Formats: sequence, C-alpha cells, structure tokens
Amino acid sequence: MNMNASLLSLAIWVPILGAVPVFWIGSERRTLVRWLALAVAVAGFLVTIPLYTGFDTALSGMQFVEQTPWITRFNVEYLLGVDGISMPFILLNSFITVLVVLAGWEVIEDKQAQYMGAFLIMSGLMNGIFSALDGVLFYVFFEASLIPMYIIIGAWGGPNRVYAAFKFFLYTLLGSLLMLVALIWLFLESGGSFNILDWHQLPLGIKPQILIFIAFLISFAVKVPMWPVHTWLPDAHVEAPTGGSVVLAAIALKLGAYGFVRFSLPIVPDAAHQMAPMMIALSLIAVVYIGFVALVQTDMKKLIAYSSISHMGFVTLGFFIFNAIGIEGALVQMISHGFISAAMFLCVGVMYDRMHSREIADYGGVVNTMPKFAALFVFFAMANSGLPATSGFVGEFMVILGAIKFNFWVGFAAATTLILGAAYTLWMIKRVVFGEVANDKVAKLKDIGNREFLILGLLAVCVLAMGLYPFPFTEVMHASVDNLLKHVAVSKL
Amino acid sequence: MLNNFVTPDLYPAAPEIFLLLMAFLVLFVDLVFGATHRWMAAMLTVITLFGCAAITLVTSDGQTTLTFSNMFVDDLLSDFLKLMTYLAVIMMLVYSRQYMADRGLDKGEFYVLVLFATLGMMVMISAANLLTMYLGLELMSLSLYGLVAIDRESPRATEAAMKYFVLGALGSGLLLYGMSMIYGATGSLEIGGIAQALYQDQAERSALVFGLVFLVAGVAFKLGLVPFHMWIPDVYHGAPTAITMFVGSAPKIAAFAMALRLLVYGLFGIAEDWQQMLLVMAVLSIGLGNLAAIAQTNIKRMLAYSAISHMGYMVLGLMAGVVGGRVEAFTALNAYSSALYYTIAYVMMTLGAFGTVLLLSRAGYEAENLEDFKGLNQRSPWFAAMMLIFMFSMAGIPFFIGFFAKFAVLLAAIKAGYTMVAVIAVMFSLVGAFYYLRVVKLMYFDSPVDSAPITAGLDLRVLLSLNGIAVAAFGLFPDQLALICYTTLARSL
Repeated sequence: MNMNASLLSLAIWVPILGAVPVFWIGSERRTLVRWLALAVAVAGFLVTIPLYTGFDTALSGMQFVEQTPWITRFNVEYLLGVDGISMPFILLNSFITVLVVLAGWEVIEDKQAQYMGAFLIMSGLMNGIFSALDGVLFYVFFEASLIPMYIIIGAWGGPNRVYAAFKFFLYTLLGSLLMLVALIWLFLESGGSFNILDWHQLPLGIKPQILIFIAFLISFAVKVPMWPVHTWLPDAHVEAPTGGSVVLAAIALKLGAYGFVRFSLPIVPDAAHQMAPMMIALSLIAVVYIGFVALVQTDMKKLIAYSSISHMGFVTLGFFIFNAIGIEGALVQMISHGFISAAMFLCVGVMYDRMHSREIADYGGVVNTMPKFAALFVFFAMANSGLPATSGFVGEFMVILGAIKFNFWVGFAAATTLILGAAYTLWMIKRVVFGEVANDKVAKLKDIGNREFLILGLLAVCVLAMGLYPFPFTEVMHASVDNLLKHVAVSKL
Repeated sequence: MLNNFVTPDLYPAAPEIFLLLMAFLVLFVDLVFGATHRWMAAMLTVITLFGCAAITLVTSDGQTTLTFSNMFVDDLLSDFLKLMTYLAVIMMLVYSRQYMADRGLDKGEFYVLVLFATLGMMVMISAANLLTMYLGLELMSLSLYGLVAIDRESPRATEAAMKYFVLGALGSGLLLYGMSMIYGATGSLEIGGIAQALYQDQAERSALVFGLVFLVAGVAFKLGLVPFHMWIPDVYHGAPTAITMFVGSAPKIAAFAMALRLLVYGLFGIAEDWQQMLLVMAVLSIGLGNLAAIAQTNIKRMLAYSAISHMGYMVLGLMAGVVGGRVEAFTALNAYSSALYYTIAYVMMTLGAFGTVLLLSRAGYEAENLEDFKGLNQRSPWFAAMMLIFMFSMAGIPFFIGFFAKFAVLLAAIKAGYTMVAVIAVMFSLVGAFYYLRVVKLMYFDSPVDSAPITAGLDLRVLLSLNGIAVAAFGLFPDQLALICYTTLARSL
C-alpha cells in the first residue's frame, strides 16, 4: 500500500487527533501549548502537500480515493476522494490554519489551549467536508464543523458574541437539516446508495429535481451566504475573534459554493438550468446591492464582511452561467478570496489588537506610525478591489468574461463590482491609513513585529503569485471542470 | 383439577425469579443491618443486577420460548432490552449513590423499590399476554410512585408523586379498559392470539378500534406523548434528581417494549389505524416538547420537555413500519429497529445529562437551575466537554449517537413516504437546538456564579466520563449498535 492511499485521512485526522494533546496540556503552560499547536498545524499542512505534487492533472475523476464501509446498516461508506475542484481547498484550509494559530499567538490570553484546539479540530473537519464523497459523511463533517465555530465565536468573541454565535449556528443548521432530508430521499431513490458519484448518474424527474435543488439551495445559500440569507455573516464576522473571522471568510464560506459544484449542479442539472436565471439574479443582487451596503459601513470588519458577500456573489454567478471560463473563474475567485479576505481580517485584527476598536472613525494616518503594516494593508486592499497582477483580478476577470459570453448585460452588471469594490475598499484605506494622524492613540501605535509580518508576508506572496501566474491553480482544475460541464450539459430527464 | 396443573418451564424466567428472591433478601438485610451497614443493601442491589445480567446472557439462546401457559415470552428482543435495563439501572445507582447518601435517602426502601420497579420492567418486556403486561406495568408504576415520594420532607416531591399517581392511575385505567375491549373483540388475552384473530379477520371491528384508541392512549401516557404528557414536567421537576434520572431512563425501555408488544406483535393487523394516531401524537410531541423546553429555567424541567420531544421522534420511527397498508418485512424492520435504536440512544444521553446535574449537586445544594451551569468550563473543562457532548447529541448534531438515532428515524419515516412529516420534525429539531445550545452557552461563554469546587465522588466522575465517551464513540462508530438493534428485531419478530 503506498502513502497516497491514506493522504486524505491524514489531512483530516492529523489536526483533529493533534488537538487532543493540546487540550490535555491545558492553558497554564502557554509556551508549550502554542508550539505544540503550531507543530500540529504545520504537520497538518505538510501532509496535504503530496496531494498537490502527486495530483494527476490529466484525470478528471476522483483521486486519492479511500473506501471502507462505515455504517453497513445504512450502506454508508467512509469514502474520500478529491478532484481538481476540491483539492486546492484542502491545501488552502490547512495553510490558513497555520496562519490562524500564529495569529492567536499572543492576543488570546484566555483559555488558549481550547482556542488552538478548536481551530485544529475545525481544520480537520473542513478537510473532511472537501474530501467526503459519501452523502452522510459529507453531512456529518458539514454539521460537526458548526460546533467549534460556535464555541470560537461565543467564547472569544466581542461584546455581542452570544447573539452572533446563536445566529450563526441556527441559520446554518436550518439549511443543513433540509439537506439531510434531501440526502435521505436521494438514498432511497437511488436504491440504497449514499455515494455522491452514484447520485451524479441517477436519473430524476424534473419535479423532484427542483425540490432537491431548493433543499440544497437553502443549505448552501446560507453558507455562501447569498442575498437575502446573508444577515448572519456580518454579525458573526464582527463578533468573532480575528482567527474566527479568518476561517469563516477564507474557508467556511467556500463550503456553500463547493456544495453547489459537488451536489446541485451534477445531481440535478436540469433544475440547475431552470433555476439559473433566479440564481444569476440573486448573485447580481449580492454583487451590486451588497457592494453599496459595504460602502456605508463604519465598522471595518463589517465592511470586509459585506465585501465578502459581494465577492461570493461572483462565485455563484460564475457557476450558474455554465461555461468553462465562468466556473474556473469562480473557483479561482474562491481561492483568491480565501487569501485576500484572510489577509484583510488579519490586518484589521492587527489594528484591533492595538487599539481595541474597529471603527473607521477612530483611525487615520496609520501610515505615519506603522509604515510596514500600511504597505501590506494597502496591497491587500488593492487586491480586494481587483487590481491586475493580484489574484483578485484573475477570478473576477474570468467570471466577467464568462458572463459577457452568456449575456452582455449580466456581464455589465457584474463588472460594476470593479468600481464598487475599489470604492469601498480604497475609501476605507484612505480614511484609516492615510491623512493626518487622527489622535493620540494612533500616534502611539507600534508597527508590526516579525510574527505578524511573517503571516501577512506569506499571504502577500500567495496573492501576488496567483495574480501573476495563475496557471498552477487553473491547471489542476481544468480537467475536472470540463468534466463537470459535460456532465451538466446532459439532461437527466 | 390438580391433575391438569402443568409445572411451567421456569428457565426462561430465571432472571425475574432471581431478582425477586434477591429483592426479598435486600429487604431482609436492610431490616437486620440497615441501621449500621447501609452499604450492604446498595452492594447487594448492584450485585443482583449484575447477576441478572449474567443469567440473562447465559440463558439467552436466541430462540423464542413461551412459558407460563403462553403468558411470558423469552426471545432475543427481551434479552437485549433487559440487558439495557440492567445497565441503565446500575448506572443510575452509581450516579445517585452520593446524592442519596447526602440527603439521607439511601434507605433500604430505595433499593427495594428500585429492584421491584426493575422487575416490573422486565415483566413488561417479556409480556406475551395482556394481563402479564398490565401486571408488569403496575409493579413498575407503583414502585415509581413510591420512589418519587421517597423524600418525605419535600412537599414538592410529595405533590409530584401525587400527580404522578393520579395521572398514572388514569393512564393504567385507560389501558385496562382498552385491553378489555380488545379481549371482547378478539376473544383472546394472549398477544399472539390477538394477532391470530386479526389475521383471520374474526375480530369485531368496531369494538376493536374502540379498544385500540384506549390502548394507544394508555401507551402514550406511559411514554409521555402529547396530549398525555402533563405528568412528565411536574414529576421530573418535583422528584429528587436521582429519581428523576431513574424515571427518565429505564422505564422508557420498558414503555418501548410495551408499545412494540401491544401494537406490533398484537395489533399489527390494524396497523393503519394506530399509525395515524401515533403520527399525530409524534408530531405534536416533537413540536410542543421542543417549544415548551425553550421557556424553562430549570434544567430538570427542560430535560422533561426534551424527553417529550425525544419520545415523539421514537414514535415517529415506530409508526413508519407499514406503508399504505402494505406490509414489507424490510421496511417494517427498518422502522422498528430505528425506534429501538432511538430508545437506547436516548437512555444513554439522558443518563449522562442527569449525571451532570448530579455532579454539580452537593450536600444541601440542588444544582437544578440552568444558571448553575454557568462557567462550568472554567470550573471543570472535562465535565463541561462531557455535557457539551450530551447536549449536542440530544440536539442531533454529529458525530454523536443522537444524530444517528435521528438519522435512522428520519430514514424510516421518509421511506414510509412521510417526507413532509420528516421536514416538520427536522424543523422542530432546529427549535430544539436552541435550548441545548443555551446550556453550552452557559457553560462556555459565561462566568461561573457558583465557584464551589466539584465534590462528587470518583465513581460518579468515572461513570460520567465513560458515559460521555460512549455517546461520542457510538457516534463515531454507530454501526455495531445499529446492527444489533436490527438483528435483534429481525430474529424476534
């Protein structure tokens, strides 16, 4: 048996099992706990690297497949596998986890062991979501990941954390419970299989297709989040600690979008085609309307949260215009947004740690006291508004191209984001970073240290590399996306 | 006359006989040594239950044996349910040892009544005749009435016992009335004979259905289904916590056996009639139980309403055995084994939840308000984690046993074509998630109000830990228990 055979299991269970000693040591021995958590996170990232290096880009099917019976009573299997669509997210997730552990190095003073452990567990569960090919296994990971996030928001969050934590949990649970019913229905309809790949081949009438699509839609739309079920996100982001916001924005939001590609499009393609106009409309509302909403925010985290919703609108738009460049663009956008939103939240976190305020009005002239930080912050802001040569440009550009191919006016509406995104991000930057030093507190700010520089620097390298040379990212997903499109084009009726 | 007397085969009833003899022994030991050596009665009780388990295991041959002129049945199902009952009672005794001792309630009567109640449950589980069923039920109920009132000084407990007695007697009366009608309609008291009469279509239809209504009402009383649930909150609240734990755990197994024996073994021929009644009561129980639990500030009352909703789920599985009047062995087995699975899972979770309440109680202090859970994570991270497991398991969040129990029930319900009912059920479990999450919130997000050290003994701590680990382990590896439930029923029906 070669090493490749259990790589995905390692990606899932190394962080989860690694969290056990972290909890065990307890928060009293801070130094040990931190270094151990970092070691686990790094190990968790290292085991995912062979997934990329050993990936065969010519294949469109699942790779690194693991299959063992899990619940024979209901024919549920422990079935893991990745294709070009899901593999990058496992790497992204494991990478972000390392940064999150680093970001919580000093600022988390209360129950640090539990904080680190919760993130490690969540990292493993997220990897499970991206690699599960069995409906129940997917659902189990999907829902279990709510537990650590609930605790993270509620235990280490801001003043209104309890409200935010409940809202986050119940909103997401609402969606996933309906998905559970749909999964069971599919199990019975397919004659007793929970294998997602079997479901891809399952012929279905249009009426059940629409119902299943709606069940999945509610579940994934809450997670993405799409307008109008997005209202939990600003609350959760604002109240969550920096690490929580980072994981939410960089990874958790991608789960919903990933669900569309893995479930909605291939399982119910006809319903997806029929519902596409609605999906496109909702996506455009997210892009344009939420963009305007972001413009008027006074709280930096809230602004970035709305900007996330707006960017995720691009992703769903890319999926439902059904052409290769749109879907690939959406996937690139997902990864790029993973880097950029993580960086933006970390930047706000850096300032919040020093000033304990997220209000834009409390800042001004930060560049005078924190030049190194300001340079990075401005760079990420540019990336967030889609500046060419950053990763933010590639994804948006591809989706807009795809959208124009589909319909000029859809593409036109989507393109307004380039103006809106630049407007809200750069206006915030202008008010926070530039200008005169606003008050004494800003005057006393200390620039970022080596640890913070390392975190942000790594992300900056990723953003730049992906913007200048996106080929390694698009290369791996190409075959899988083609395959998906071919599959979606065939009617199941 | 005496010539006709056939000595019954006592072998199948060996555990019951052993328990009865030992109960007298405990009574006697308590009389002689009770004042000086209280531990002897406790020790003997636990030994008795282990002895019963050993006898049940040794005498279990997997065959269905009828004895006492077809009044008593020993099959694989009864063996399995009895073993679960012993386990639940032993756990209850260990959990409650210190609690009862601190309050001076660990008198001989306590142990004798517990043993008699257990005997009643065993008779119910093995009943093959309506009279045996009633006999077992009354033995159990009367012992439980006594147990609820065991704290003579507490007016609240006395009131609860009074309510329990009056309503319980009403329930028994309804059941007895229903039994007499069914006897009138079919001419048989034997459960097998009733099934035979229904199969041959010899029963007087109107009397039968009339009797069925009373019978179902009686069963619903004992299970605590809406609208026959009134006694549950008051009894759970009023009784000493250890007794609440007893009332809430093992008798549910017996009540499940009663429902199964009467409705499935006996009245399967008119399944379509009782199915409708159970369906309505299941939905009402899930709805009302979950909604009312939100308003509670007392954890015992909250768990009481949660018990109502859980029994609703269990019954949802029980009623899904027949699809549109057609009997299909696979569907029926699926449904009944899901209900059995749910019952076992529920008993495991409920023991743990009350165990945590007992953990926090100490001499002269009842930790029964939700407030008492505040900041448990700071007082004891380990037991907070255990309670977190119980709460998320009850809410039906994976990876815990509660999820797979709900999953099995939903699968059975959807397979029987009750998709809309399943949707309603999951929507109410969303409501239910709120109050379980609230307990987690109190433990993890709030600061403790009561910072007294936890004084519970080692036995309770170890058992609670094992209980929590079991709930998690059966969630990670749910296959074995699900298979056991399935095969047990497959070989006993």
